[in-house]
Amino acid sequence: MKTAIAERIEDKLYQNRYLVDPGRPHIKVRPHQSPSPNLLALTRVCPANCYELNESGQVEITPDGCMECGTCRVLCEASGYIEWNYPRGGFGILFKFG
Amino acid sequence: MTHKNFDAIVVGAGMSGNAAAYTMARRGLRVLQLERGEYAGSKNVQGAIMYANMLETIIPDFRNDAPLERHLVEQRFWIMDDTSHTGMHYRSDDFNELSPNRYTIIRAQFDKWFSRKVREAGGTVLCETTATELARDSSGKVIGVHTDRAGDVIQADVVVLAEGVNGLLGTRAGLRETPKPENVALAVKEMHFLPEEVIAERFGMTGDEGCVIEAAGTISRGMPGLGFLYTNRESISLGMGCLVSGLAATMEKPYDLLDGFKRHPSVRPLIAGSEVKEYAAHLIPEGGFKAIPQLFGDGWVVVGDAAQLNNAVHREGSNLAMASGRMAAEAISLINSRGKPMTKHNLSLYKAMLDKSFVMKDLRKYKDMPSLLHTNSRSFFMTYPQLISQAAKNFLRVDGTPKIEMEKATTAAFIKARSRWGLLSDAVRLAFAWR
Repeated sequence: MKTAIAERIEDKLYQNRYLVDPGRPHIKVRPHQSPSPNLLALTRVCPANCYELNESGQVEITPDGCMECGTCRVLCEASGYIEWNYPRGGFGILFKFG
Repeated sequence: MTHKNFDAIVVGAGMSGNAAAYTMARRGLRVLQLERGEYAGSKNVQGAIMYANMLETIIPDFRNDAPLERHLVEQRFWIMDDTSHTGMHYRSDDFNELSPNRYTIIRAQFDKWFSRKVREAGGTVLCETTATELARDSSGKVIGVHTDRAGDVIQADVVVLAEGVNGLLGTRAGLRETPKPENVALAVKEMHFLPEEVIAERFGMTGDEGCVIEAAGTISRGMPGLGFLYTNRESISLGMGCLVSGLAATMEKPYDLLDGFKRHPSVRPLIAGSEVKEYAAHLIPEGGFKAIPQLFGDGWVVVGDAAQLNNAVHREGSNLAMASGRMAAEAISLINSRGKPMTKHNLSLYKAMLDKSFVMKDLRKYKDMPSLLHTNSRSFFMTYPQLISQAAKNFLRVDGTPKIEMEKATTAAFIKARSRWGLLSDAVRLAFAWR
């Protein structure tokens, strides 16, 4: 049974507390022609919806809503498509409950 | 020139890190603990159920001041299809004992408390500090850590890697592999707030009694996965986890799966009217015994989730983390008190202690379970739940059909879906993986 419109992920992330480190994204996508299957999967699998396809068909990241779970690292770091680091100490997500 | 500042450095202030730091500090070691979050717990996510016994071994009187939510008196297991659940239900007043066995907790609060205990025991805790790399000497021995703070390498005799499932230090140094997509589940979770008395009434609880629901079936859309609902004092932790490999193959969105679970007719009334105050995501080690990496080496040990110490079958993780952190700390303290160096040979004591304990015995017992659930995920998480629901419905619905025909229809449905041979082989494989 299909149900009504799913909740917007932006509304979920809005509940969370973040300390964004401006100009220092902790995850970067390496330049690529067309995305690998795993890189493409990140546009669906990332729980914070940080990854998107741009108009020219490449995967881009905006890591501001990142919950630092590491799913993208597990899927794509070994292939070199992304560069993964933790935010600087104190920055990033701050769970109130966790 | 750097000099040796500490006997031990613990990287991370989660369950295993706090257990290790506390145990070593209590035994008089000079301990430095590094935590990248603003406070201990600010980066940590768990369901969360805390098993008292493993904490009791470390802090016997923890019940005096630890932030505990509800002690659990009831457990429900649900097999779900799209409109129903078939459940097993265990509730016992025996769980209302003087020293209860399990509690729900909220990790950010619990970890803050545990970290305070580490400080009280004499440990130095440095928050907002990300350890970036292990420092090693020319022989490869770990001698300390680099951090993102200005300054030299911080040196110590031994580094305890309590950096969690997604720990970078050990993997970057080549001490263990980054987890594989088929060996980790991505869990997403929401905190639903409701008045304390509403929760008590909906779940049939009095005082600080609590209830747990674990659910499997079509909610994970054929992937290996599990939904959960845990009652806290005035909130409900509600989440859903699926293997990362399954998510990547199906391109399912984790929050869509969670929404599906929330909207299920069996779950929706339990959380009706709640206010969601946080959305969290976290990886859970699911590879079991076969995914456990090398656990010790010259100048280092690895504990908790970073060491893949999680019992997925029983959904036990934080207790294995606490136990492994404590055992690593006891091994290190013993080596230190004998004036011996923190070599690979001497630190093998930690592994020997783990092997003798429930940690390795339990994980070894279920060593074949992860691969069974991977290869048969559609049967176990889609076909069987649908068949079980149909069987229960056939059994219960009264419409003039003779019972013998109902039974025949149920049997035929099982055979049609999996074949006689398939049913037998699933049963045998499950029995072997379990024994």
